[in-house]
Amino acid sequence: MPADDLIQRVRSVVAKNKGIPEDAVSLDATFADLGMDSLDAVNLLFALEEEFNISIPDQEARTINSVRGMVNGVQALLEKKSAETGTSG
Amino acid sequence: MHRVAITGLGVICALGKNTQEFWTSLQQGNVGIGPITAIDRSCLRFQNGAEVRDYNPHEYFQPKHADLMDRFAQFAVVAAREAVKDAGLELTPEVCSTTAVITGACVGGQTSEDQGFYDIYRANRNRVHPMTIPKTMANAGASLICMELGITGAAFTISTACSSAAHAVGLGYSMVASGAAPVAVVGGSEAPFSLGLLKAWEALRVVSPGTCRPFSKDRSGMILGEGGAMLVLERMDSAKARGVHIYGEVAGFGMSSDACHITHPSSDGAAAAMQRALSNASIAPERIGYINAHGTGTEVNDSTETAAIRKVFAAHADRLAISSTKSMHGHTLGAAGALEAAAAVLAMHHGVLPPTANYTTPDPACDLDVIPNEARKADVDCCLSNSFAFGGLNAALVFKRA
Repeated sequence: MPADDLIQRVRSVVAKNKGIPEDAVSLDATFADLGMDSLDAVNLLFALEEEFNISIPDQEARTINSVRGMVNGVQALLEKKSAETGTSG
Repeated sequence: MHRVAITGLGVICALGKNTQEFWTSLQQGNVGIGPITAIDRSCLRFQNGAEVRDYNPHEYFQPKHADLMDRFAQFAVVAAREAVKDAGLELTPEVCSTTAVITGACVGGQTSEDQGFYDIYRANRNRVHPMTIPKTMANAGASLICMELGITGAAFTISTACSSAAHAVGLGYSMVASGAAPVAVVGGSEAPFSLGLLKAWEALRVVSPGTCRPFSKDRSGMILGEGGAMLVLERMDSAKARGVHIYGEVAGFGMSSDACHITHPSSDGAAAAMQRALSNASIAPERIGYINAHGTGTEVNDSTETAAIRKVFAAHADRLAISSTKSMHGHTLGAAGALEAAAAVLAMHHGVLPPTANYTTPDPACDLDVIPNEARKADVDCCLSNSFAFGGLNAALVFKRA
């Protein structure tokens, strides 16, 4: 289970990117629920890469269509990054 | 209105450095896509592009002259030179003063601009090369064609992203048809392999990490390409009077705007461009035997284009053949409309339809006959070439066998 602060940061990025209140971004919301189109998704991926200093591959990005999927994806990339650099967080 | 003949073709792209090589590759289904060599690609998520291989500018231009031209402008001149020679056009003072030159370019001299920005931002230099502006400007191709050939008629450049060259061919057709110009040299060129621009394409997430597989279920995006293509258009009556070889006729041109979304295409907009081109050509949809599709290989383009073709052609959609030659020469952006117009005209002229290469798996959302992997002999009387740009600006051209 991802840490609460990670969930919060992802929700905050989504809310800011889409211009909606954070309360409206539930963990179970799909991109369709949030009214996101393909260009919104591309912008969101960029914002997440900036926020977490990660690089999200296209193939992985394509399979994700919900806030929860995004949180899990970001967590996996952060874990991979810390394993590669040997640092935590 | 005058009928408009195509009497000259010039091509340089990943499939070959002249029209003959281009056509041979198209027929054989050769793929010109491979690892990008123009830049250090280690920091790129995608690795492949369709570059013009073994291109040495000094084989085409004096070194001093070449230094004044960005790669994209060189491709414009190389293609125009071949097209004008192919047409056997005698450049008399009268021909020079009345001929129009219209080029398409999407990103212009990116390599030159990128170098200048690198010098300032990264290398901490305080000056850039003095030719950076004239090398970067999108109209450099048109200007250099005019300078080389001595053409002093109407000359301009159209920049409508991936439809640029289709709009250029269409405008040239309109000018010749209306009598505004007896001859028009039209087409487009592009050389998009600069790191800054490739990073921008990467950020948009539309470029395939592998190859370009239009209409295939496992398609994963477009592949960028470079090159140039030019056509010589002239009045049919004067072409016949000259006794010159005629590849075909530009019979119709249609344009539309989606007025919808900056990147997401609309099937209504695409359909409107095709319908207007058919109506401009005064031919029934049933006469079209082949469509050179826009077919970028992205998830959305190919299904949207399929829906648009079904909308325009109804039951005939299942009888015509389509292919995306971008699967072989990549997406050449501002050159694409002319490169693909040349492919369509050559296909009709030779009675051989080029395939959609790299095709593996049928997609129910792209359920037309896409000529998978192998070229096919076919007698085609009329064909269509589609170009749909980011920004929703669409252009379709109808060609008829002469």
